[in-house]
Amino acid sequence: MSDNLVIETRDLTKAYGKFMAVKGLNLRIAEGEVFGLLGPNGAGKTTTILMLMGFCEPTAGSVRIMGYDPVREPIRVKSVVGYMPEKIGFYDDMTARENLEYTGRLNGLAGSRLTARINELIDIVGLRDRADQPVGKYSHGMKQRLGIADVMVKQPRIAIFDEPTSGIDPEGTDQVLNLVRTMARQKVTVIISSHQLHHLQKVCTGVGIFSRGRMIASGPVDKLGRDALRKGNYNIVLPIAQLTDRVRSEISRIPGVFSIDSTADSTIVSAEEDISGEIERVVLEATGLKVQMKVEEFELEEIYMKYFEGSGTGI
Amino acid sequence: MNGLLEIFRKELADSFNSKRFIILFVLVYMAGIATIYIAAQNIRAAVGDSTSNIFLNLFIVSGSNMPFSFPLFMSIFIPIIGIALGFDTVNSERTSGNLSRLLAQPIYRDSLINGKFLAGLTMITILIVSVVVIVSGLGLRLIGVPPEAEEILRLFIFVVVSILYGAFWMSLAVLFSVLFRKTSTSALASIAVWMFLFLFMGIIANLIAGAVFPVNQDSTVAQVADYDSLYRMINRISPGTLYAESIQAILVPIMGSSSPTMMMIGIYSGLMPSPLPLSQSLVLVWPQLVGLLALTAVCFAVAYIKFMREEIRST
Repeated sequence: MSDNLVIETRDLTKAYGKFMAVKGLNLRIAEGEVFGLLGPNGAGKTTTILMLMGFCEPTAGSVRIMGYDPVREPIRVKSVVGYMPEKIGFYDDMTARENLEYTGRLNGLAGSRLTARINELIDIVGLRDRADQPVGKYSHGMKQRLGIADVMVKQPRIAIFDEPTSGIDPEGTDQVLNLVRTMARQKVTVIISSHQLHHLQKVCTGVGIFSRGRMIASGPVDKLGRDALRKGNYNIVLPIAQLTDRVRSEISRIPGVFSIDSTADSTIVSAEEDISGEIERVVLEATGLKVQMKVEEFELEEIYMKYFEGSGTGI
Repeated sequence: MNGLLEIFRKELADSFNSKRFIILFVLVYMAGIATIYIAAQNIRAAVGDSTSNIFLNLFIVSGSNMPFSFPLFMSIFIPIIGIALGFDTVNSERTSGNLSRLLAQPIYRDSLINGKFLAGLTMITILIVSVVVIVSGLGLRLIGVPPEAEEILRLFIFVVVSILYGAFWMSLAVLFSVLFRKTSTSALASIAVWMFLFLFMGIIANLIAGAVFPVNQDSTVAQVADYDSLYRMINRISPGTLYAESIQAILVPIMGSSSPTMMMIGIYSGLMPSPLPLSQSLVLVWPQLVGLLALTAVCFAVAYIKFMREEIRST
């Protein structure tokens, strides 16, 4: 795994006077991941992103973006990393196309290659009809989509989005998230920070939860959920309300199973491992039926609330 | 040089298309043409029997109905041009949300401020050169006396000094655009500095010099000279004074000294001055030119360092 890490920070720290914006952050993001940064305002998400971009210098610790130091080798980092700031702006009196052309030229692109690339991007973000209008006339959602096109002009290996869905309507949000998925499919590593947890859950392969400058948990959403809400155990849900005693005892004999509970319309087996395959086999042998079962999934919202329970820091 | 050329080109194109620049153009052209027209009408009386430097007199003579000569107009308009071209250099990019986006591209951070400064300087150069050329052409048609080679050289130096003076005001405005987040604040601060230097510097210099070397009707020439040199020394803090002294020495070769008081003393004591050769005029203004250049360099350097060390946040 470690050979294709594209982002790695070691004990990354940023202090403003006595205030620690980010403390001892160890972030490891592998190629192709869609990593979500979440946490309340002031938790250090944006500061982390700024340090990844080399926009502010770390007080201590190190950052490596594809092996480069963003402070010492900013040009190398910025030619592979696309960044969409929280409050993105364009030149309002220039058209979307002209804005993208400018970005392209700053990236050393020109001529027919740049034109073709821009046409392609305008199609991808769905701005074909409005591409030759001044950006000043764009809605917030359209500007966000143009922002994604702007990030993609340079064909980045890594794309960083700071709050890309804040303040836009549900339709616009869906469009933005779909575009992020499109990028992920093209093997672009994506970092995305957001308050809107269900948005992150839709697109992220992994998340990091930030609180007061620390990343207090990180990993795939289901693992975080098990850790936070089920003490690391798996709950396997069978859509059968009443198990016969024989099946029940067969299941309880599977190693790792420690409880079987029945609810009104299903049975929940708790175990230390994902034993859904075992259960399926046992039930098949005992009854001759093939049951559909699933491992319990978690809402990021629930996990998040669990972490911030009683800490007094709201979302 | 990553990005410098692209930024320079974009900024230059923007300036040409901006209403701001059209207004400046109209203002400066109108003033230039009006002063030259008045001067051409009054030049016969002013020149008298003298045969040297008749063409240069076009730029010095003023009329009773419009007591402004061309250089005086320039000394008022150049600060306005410099301020207008520089006051929102950095903070407008910041408030519009373009700054983070631009600096996420693979360009050196200083390319942005350098490119914008160079574009502004180019605009100032175009404005001043074109107005001097137009005014000279008009003057030539009006009086029909062609300039001598030395007069052309003197006009050329006048243009260079004027560009330098504009560069100072622009670099001051750029500095304020880095220091202040709001464009209105930076514009106001630049204008405040200009008003202070323009209106109050003379009064303050007079007060201090008068307190140190009081002069009255009974004062000796030595006392008057002491007062005068201190007065001018304090006044020279203002770049406006440096500019006024240099263009006076360049355009009025008959002035042997940059101090009107010393001139008067010279005339009353029977030393009728004769025109200085160009090389001597240059020797006279050399310190002023170096002073202007140094002030410009200091302002720009402070703006540059502040901008380079700044943290780039989008909010």
